[in-house]
Amino acid sequence: MTATISSPAGAPHARIMSVGSYRPERVVTNAEVCELIDSTDEWIRERSGIVERRYAAPDETVVDIAQAAAEKAIAASGIRADQIGFVLVATVTHPYPTPSAAAELAYRVGAIDAAATDISSACAGFCYGVAMAQDMVRGGSAEYVLVVGVEKLTDWVDPTDRSTAFIFADGAGAVVIGPSDTPAIGPVVWGADGEQLDAITMTQSLTDYRDNGGPRFPTLAMKGQQVFRWAVSKMTVVAKEALAKADISADDLAAFIPHQANMRITDAMVRSLSLPAHVPVARDIETTGNTSAASIPIAMDRMLSSGEVPHGGLALTIGFGAGLAYAAQVVVLP
Amino acid sequence: MSQEILDGLAVIVNEVAGVPVEDVQPDKAFIDDLDIDSLSMVEVVMAAEDKWGVKIPDSEVKNLRTVGDAVAYIQTATA
Repeated sequence: MTATISSPAGAPHARIMSVGSYRPERVVTNAEVCELIDSTDEWIRERSGIVERRYAAPDETVVDIAQAAAEKAIAASGIRADQIGFVLVATVTHPYPTPSAAAELAYRVGAIDAAATDISSACAGFCYGVAMAQDMVRGGSAEYVLVVGVEKLTDWVDPTDRSTAFIFADGAGAVVIGPSDTPAIGPVVWGADGEQLDAITMTQSLTDYRDNGGPRFPTLAMKGQQVFRWAVSKMTVVAKEALAKADISADDLAAFIPHQANMRITDAMVRSLSLPAHVPVARDIETTGNTSAASIPIAMDRMLSSGEVPHGGLALTIGFGAGLAYAAQVVVLP
Repeated sequence: MSQEILDGLAVIVNEVAGVPVEDVQPDKAFIDDLDIDSLSMVEVVMAAEDKWGVKIPDSEVKNLRTVGDAVAYIQTATA
């Protein structure tokens, strides 16, 4: 007779215990971006809502940036780094296909022997990570999970491409997710639409660049109108579904924290969602730019630290981007 | 040229971009005359799709230079 194996037992629920973020020191104005593209401060503000953004220093790596945010989140969580059982790093800008940024980060922050892997879901990566961490905590494969969204997009953006150069920036945000007696992370609504792979992609693969060369190292290429249409139409439906699955209404929200893709997308989503006027909306893109996987935790940290939203309030988070991948869930703010 | 579609489009353009309804005339170009940028144009297109139950693919949007082009496209699509 075959022996019966034991099944892991996890916590009844999971919650975000803490958040930390890191915005690189160097502030880059629209005027500076316009030194390399044919554009103006006014045009960039109108099209994106961005006034300035942060660029990492040339010698600052993705893992350096991630570490700065992760250490703040761990310090605020009340647990020791060696209690972390899994490190998830959402990023598309770590310049090594292997080893993972997560393995290096786990070692650096002292998450001894933690399992570690990277998530490649672009701007949806942080919300993917929160959902996966929740499942780990509830499923019993990790008691505490460090989830980091980090990007150094300036390494992968063509500063002379007027459709992307003004949008993307660098930064990191991190949360520690652990057990909870009460529900604190709602059901995730997620997916990926590979039919629209070309909406946000690279100009060519690294191996094509190696073999064929070309004028430029591979950089991000985006079909702005296609992404805008998809984000405004489809993501509103996904956001509504996340609210419905969490069994709350928009009126119950203490914050709406969408991926900081573009202020115009945020504005259009707020209109389509008929979000009540009393719900604060993350608009961190104005001074941080679009930091892809990092944008939601950076915005969350800022809204909490400024007192704009209360600890323990409900926030609707939604990430969406290349893939086209998306994920949304309602969370209790740490 | 359908006056009904023109009027409906004028209301949409007004709601999306704040352009006065009376300025939305067939000979006006969305970008050059009405100062509708590419993202607002997407919102106009999406609202038009909802209102008239038509499909206006991204590949077609760039051909809709003037208000008249859009009215004609919607007219044909709903015929």
